[in-house]
Amino acid sequence: MQRLVVGAGYGLKDWLAQRITGVVMAVFTLIMFAAALGGAMSSREAWQAFMANGFIRFLSFLFIVSLCYHAWVGVRDIWMDYLNSAALRLFLHVMTLLALVGYAGWAIQIIWRL
Amino acid sequence: MPEMTKQRPKHLALNEIRLPLAGFASILHRISGAGLFLLLPLLIWLLQLSLGSTQGSAETFAAITGNWLVKLILLGLMWAFFHHFCMGIRILLIDIHVGVEKQQAHSSAVAVMVVSLALTAIFGLKLLGAY
Repeated sequence: MQRLVVGAGYGLKDWLAQRITGVVMAVFTLIMFAAALGGAMSSREAWQAFMANGFIRFLSFLFIVSLCYHAWVGVRDIWMDYLNSAALRLFLHVMTLLALVGYAGWAIQIIWRL
Repeated sequence: MPEMTKQRPKHLALNEIRLPLAGFASILHRISGAGLFLLLPLLIWLLQLSLGSTQGSAETFAAITGNWLVKLILLGLMWAFFHHFCMGIRILLIDIHVGVEKQQAHSSAVAVMVVSLALTAIFGLKLLGAY
């Protein structure tokens, strides 16, 4: 039987994950706006002290994980929508995934080193 | 799976397709997301420099963000972020059946375009050192 290589388990899980990660990032964004208004970005020292706060590090971590998962679903959808070659799609899926996992590790060590 | 291989009518002349504004805002959601993904390494690098403890990282951060080409890229990323953010809220509202009607959906698409451009202008002027 000829199988169609579509590259994803479609459905509720991805749809829901995209929304949950989006909400997490939106809330974090609003917190950062409020922090900026409160002077957390007025100087390099203020910014570093703000980001070193334990609760903010916890939220930054959630933001980074959400961002990478969100980008994975979104970018993978782009490859699936526009690329017909299963080989090229698989290659770009793997590249995207590896890049995002690497970015997550890089960004997390930046905030957790503080 | 015969239904997945059957011929469907296609109209993919992109220069002839006239998207409604909501459709235009929607494709911009995708384009802005792709742009943010592609330039994510730049943003993480700037985060690293902004949080670095050495004098060198402070100087490198100032040098990079002072470059006019980088400023232009950051301005574009600002718009991409604000558009993606506003459009994301619109999508979440439609998910809970707020603004599904045609007229409301059109109005919210207008609002997304206007608000994201206004936010880009406000933060962009700060980036460019206007205030």
